[in-house]
Amino acid sequence: MTGSPLIEVEDLRIDLNHGSGQVPAVEGVSFRIDRGETFGLVGESGCGKSITALALIGLLRPPLSIGGGVIRFEGREIQRLPAAGQRALRGNRIAMIFQEPMTALNPVSPVGRQIAEMFVLHQGKSWREADQLAVEALASVRVPAPQRRVKDYPHQLSGGMRQRVMIAIALACGPDLLIADEPTTALDVTVQAEIIELMRNLCAERGTAILMISHDLGLVANVCRRVAVMYAGRIVEERGSADIFRAPSHPYTQGLVDSLPRLGSRAALGRTRLQEIAGVVPAITAFPDGCRFNPRCPKATDICRTTAPETTWLEAGGLVRCHHHA
Amino acid sequence: MHEPQGRPDGDVILSIEDLAVHFPLGGGLLGRGRRLLRAVDGVDLRLKRGECLGLVGESGSGKSTVALSILGLLTPTRGRIVLDGQVVTNRQSGDRKALARIVQMVFQDPYASLNPRQTVRRTLEDPLRVHGVTAASEIEDRVATMLRHVGLRPEQADRYPHEFSGGQRQRIGIARALILNPRIVICDEPVSALDVSIRAQIINLLLELKETLGLSYIMISHDLGVVEHMSDRVAVMYLGRIVENGDWREIFERPAHPYTQALIAAIPDPLRHAPLATTGGDLPNPLDPPDGCAFSPRCRYAEDVCRREPGPSLETRADGHAVRCWRADEIAGQMALASTESGHP
Repeated sequence: MTGSPLIEVEDLRIDLNHGSGQVPAVEGVSFRIDRGETFGLVGESGCGKSITALALIGLLRPPLSIGGGVIRFEGREIQRLPAAGQRALRGNRIAMIFQEPMTALNPVSPVGRQIAEMFVLHQGKSWREADQLAVEALASVRVPAPQRRVKDYPHQLSGGMRQRVMIAIALACGPDLLIADEPTTALDVTVQAEIIELMRNLCAERGTAILMISHDLGLVANVCRRVAVMYAGRIVEERGSADIFRAPSHPYTQGLVDSLPRLGSRAALGRTRLQEIAGVVPAITAFPDGCRFNPRCPKATDICRTTAPETTWLEAGGLVRCHHHA
Repeated sequence: MHEPQGRPDGDVILSIEDLAVHFPLGGGLLGRGRRLLRAVDGVDLRLKRGECLGLVGESGSGKSTVALSILGLLTPTRGRIVLDGQVVTNRQSGDRKALARIVQMVFQDPYASLNPRQTVRRTLEDPLRVHGVTAASEIEDRVATMLRHVGLRPEQADRYPHEFSGGQRQRIGIARALILNPRIVICDEPVSALDVSIRAQIINLLLELKETLGLSYIMISHDLGVVEHMSDRVAVMYLGRIVENGDWREIFERPAHPYTQALIAAIPDPLRHAPLATTGGDLPNPLDPPDGCAFSPRCRYAEDVCRREPGPSLETRADGHAVRCWRADEIAGQMALASTESGHP
């Protein structure tokens, strides 16, 4: 990791305001993504991965707000930019695709118009020019018969086709960073493979960095070069993706890797009882003291219940936050 | 661990013969312009006692339609379903109660499938009352026993669903399915709505209950890792038909149908930073299925015969492994050759 990063997040805190007060939903989150890099953020629902992404793109809305920390895009602090400056980044330099393309697309506007809008808004093209560019954009995401398809409404397309349209919109202005929040969770596995390969190839061709957010550690480890695992609002481990699956260091990551039935493991080892992670994911308003994983952790000792672990830099690269890491 | 072997036919608890479910769509007053959606079209399946049959395929392949037909919630257009020796298709509507004592279902989303205004006790008691259990002490006993079976405490019975976590709610969903002592449980994506760290708990629970209560499962899932872990046999569906059916090990180690191969190849390998194998294209429109083999437009092995001839039939080989593919033998030959050349399967 040399040179200046594309985006850098330092000690980010996101507060959740609820009736009786304020609680940190995300705390002490730091990471950087270099130009053209693929970086994954993995965790369960409520761990703060999606709101971290929304903070990067300036889309946090009450009751959520940035409570501290710095986000720099090409060295400039995003929060200090005026609203117009933030808008110029959003969609243009940083783009995002969402889990459910049906709700992210406008149901009463033809998909070609929704792509063309990007060129009109961000590049000052005429609608006439933009409509033509929209056909090319649809062709680039390998939608068959794009001239005809631009006139279709979202409901006329399959889930996979809709996600292709989302990718066409996101990549329309040639962004430097694509944030993909669970981009294939709603899709079948064969369609998932198509969408992932499309996203991976287009971004590699154009030098676009990817921040991929998912609950699926296996998928993220396959797609991204580096992976950060979040638990209850904090990053607990960040590693090269090959290492994180082979030799997870944090007990939570170990639990995730061991608890899922992996294709081929039964044939190799017989049907063994799956390793369970005890307990439940804590609610944002009831994060435990000390290490937030301690009530579920098989290695927990007294210090884990009182003191949040500091960052340990691993010799092999990456970091972990655990008093008893492997 | 002990893996069940094939036993004689007396052990078949559920047999589905030539099941078809067609839905007429659209059309005017006189039915002109009406089109037929063949959601399930000629499915044969057998479930043995104590077995778990995995049913896989993309959304729209007809898995859930098969499940709803077994439960008697959809009337088949054609075919027979034989449960425990009795034909249950073409029954009177009142017989749903008898059916409910044999087959039950665990649903995908424990947030949507429990009545938020009923306590757990009420959710578990209602089926017992409907089925003629009236003695208060017996009801109390059975509810308490069932809660213990699924890893909850009897004193939690008076709580409402919102007081439980997702994993606990799914335990309640399982308890509701089992309270009438059914022989067969259909699990429709039982863990896909749950947090990743909770899934192992539910998978382990389902496998334990299958052993202790002597249940048979039909396991519907798109997560092939879960299917491989739980199933004894696996049937792969594509556009309303079974395209491959066999022992779990056969399906996962020597998949014979190009569609099964594509499904398995599309799963990302977390240990390798390699491109995913893509199949090309979406599931075809079931209202306008392709000529010939339904998978031919997406199949990398497709030749003229696959596109022209009306779909091949499901051929069962001597080892019980059945495949619906014109070129299955040639493809198996090619795969064997490729694996000897590359040195690994």
